[in-house]
Amino acid sequence: MNTTILRLSAQALLGRRRGVVLVLIPAVLVVLAVVVSILTDDEIGYESVANLGFTLALPLVALLAATAVLGPEVDDGSIVYLLSKPVSRHVIARSKYAVAWAATMVLGALPLVVVGLVLDASQPRQALAWGLGAAVAGTAYTALFLGLAAVTRHAVVIGLLFVLIWEGVLGTAFAGVRWAAIGGWGREVAGEISPLVPVVGTGVTYAVVAAALVSVGSLWFTGDRLRSFTLRGDE
Amino acid sequence: MSVLTLDNASRWYGNVVAVNGISMSVRPGVTGLLGPNGAGKTTLIALMAGFLAPSAGTVTLDAEQVWRHTDVYRTIGLVPERELSFGYLTGRQFVRANAELHGLVEPGAATERALATVEMVEPAERRIGTYSKGMRQRVKLASALVHDPAVLLLDEPFNGVDPRQRLHLMTLLRQMGVEGRTVLFSSHILEEVEQVARQIEVVVSGRHAASGDFGQIRRLMTDRPVQYVVVCDDDRGLAGALIAEPSVVAVSLRRGGGVEVSVSDFGSFAVRLPVVARGHRIRILELTPTDESLESVFAYLVGG
Repeated sequence: MNTTILRLSAQALLGRRRGVVLVLIPAVLVVLAVVVSILTDDEIGYESVANLGFTLALPLVALLAATAVLGPEVDDGSIVYLLSKPVSRHVIARSKYAVAWAATMVLGALPLVVVGLVLDASQPRQALAWGLGAAVAGTAYTALFLGLAAVTRHAVVIGLLFVLIWEGVLGTAFAGVRWAAIGGWGREVAGEISPLVPVVGTGVTYAVVAAALVSVGSLWFTGDRLRSFTLRGDE
Repeated sequence: MSVLTLDNASRWYGNVVAVNGISMSVRPGVTGLLGPNGAGKTTLIALMAGFLAPSAGTVTLDAEQVWRHTDVYRTIGLVPERELSFGYLTGRQFVRANAELHGLVEPGAATERALATVEMVEPAERRIGTYSKGMRQRVKLASALVHDPAVLLLDEPFNGVDPRQRLHLMTLLRQMGVEGRTVLFSSHILEEVEQVARQIEVVVSGRHAASGDFGQIRRLMTDRPVQYVVVCDDDRGLAGALIAEPSVVAVSLRRGGGVEVSVSDFGSFAVRLPVVARGHRIRILELTPTDESLESVFAYLVGG
């Protein structure tokens, strides 16, 4: 880790308009939970809000956080100011990841615990399960999106398509996809903690190992891409 | 004292060759990298700074490969052409971050020293987003100087900088060359390069077109067949007189008045023209070079 990169990345995350959107997503989710808990009183309300938070809000927060710490600098080439230093590019990747990860935990996973408690205060274990599942999935999401931001300037669009189509539609429609869907791995972990969370059936060991592999692999890939970062002229 | 060496370095993107087999050594002192826009100067600097892999050949700093070797940045300071996008930082914060990333023992003192060198101490508390082009350029230079590098690479440092700040930047670069640093900067303006650099490397269409001190390059660029249009009060008289001159290759009369002259040796033509005109009592009203654009000079250098 490099404290200077941590600080600059945090400033990049919070100092721009993106920071506002990042805070807005969990805020909307919590407000939604409050409204639903007032209007309804059954399991369906809990299910749908938690699902929304888990399959949409969480990966969105991870995507925005990961692309905010790396995307703009890679896009406009100003990352050369950070890279033209005797600092390992893997350290730079890890430091940027740490900031994005922290944001995903606080603004992506933690709100799910809050939402759970708002909807059903009598089941704190269930709320915690959603939160921990989200933490595992968020860890992998953030690493994957960071790697995406290191290779393409269209990381936000591609990431969005990935979240909506692969994780959202295909992940629920086809049984085979669940083995390769990050959200499913998170649910598996959550289901292990609380039986109230529906699982997809890949087994918790597989889920944790897969999430760890994706995280470590993507992070290493990000560092390696930064090592090969190429400066292009306008010509 | 550090030497940056390119040995037959090439870089291509698919079918497009951006840098074509260039060999050169950049030594202590100021070197100017001169070439028209799109000649491959930025590509060349990216190769030198380790931000581009050569497709063939090698780029080394004191016999060490530059590509994928982050330790070279202890020796190299880079001022890219790219705009600073850290608009949310103040100048001081930005330079200080650079000092910290270099792992300097006293980043604060190094920051102040670098800011003082580029005369940016006073506006250093303002955000970079509020800076003028020249100020941003100087902050970029401060960030590249903060670790006191032996090698300094600058891509078009004078672009868009107002004349007063340009003079200041030029003085700085010359001073750094005198201090024994290896300084290389790119420009597409001959006069700019002449004022700062001792050694000039000319790049045209990705090829190394010429290399030498500024006197040699100036001569290369001026001693070439040049076209002039002379407007005077006796076109036929002047044409007749000029064709007798050894430095004149061809003379023709323009339809709307004026004489077109092809000159092989600009130096002696410049001396002879007024003498000839006075001798024949011809009054010269206008003398215009017709292909003085730098592009045509460059085209001539590569034999195009």
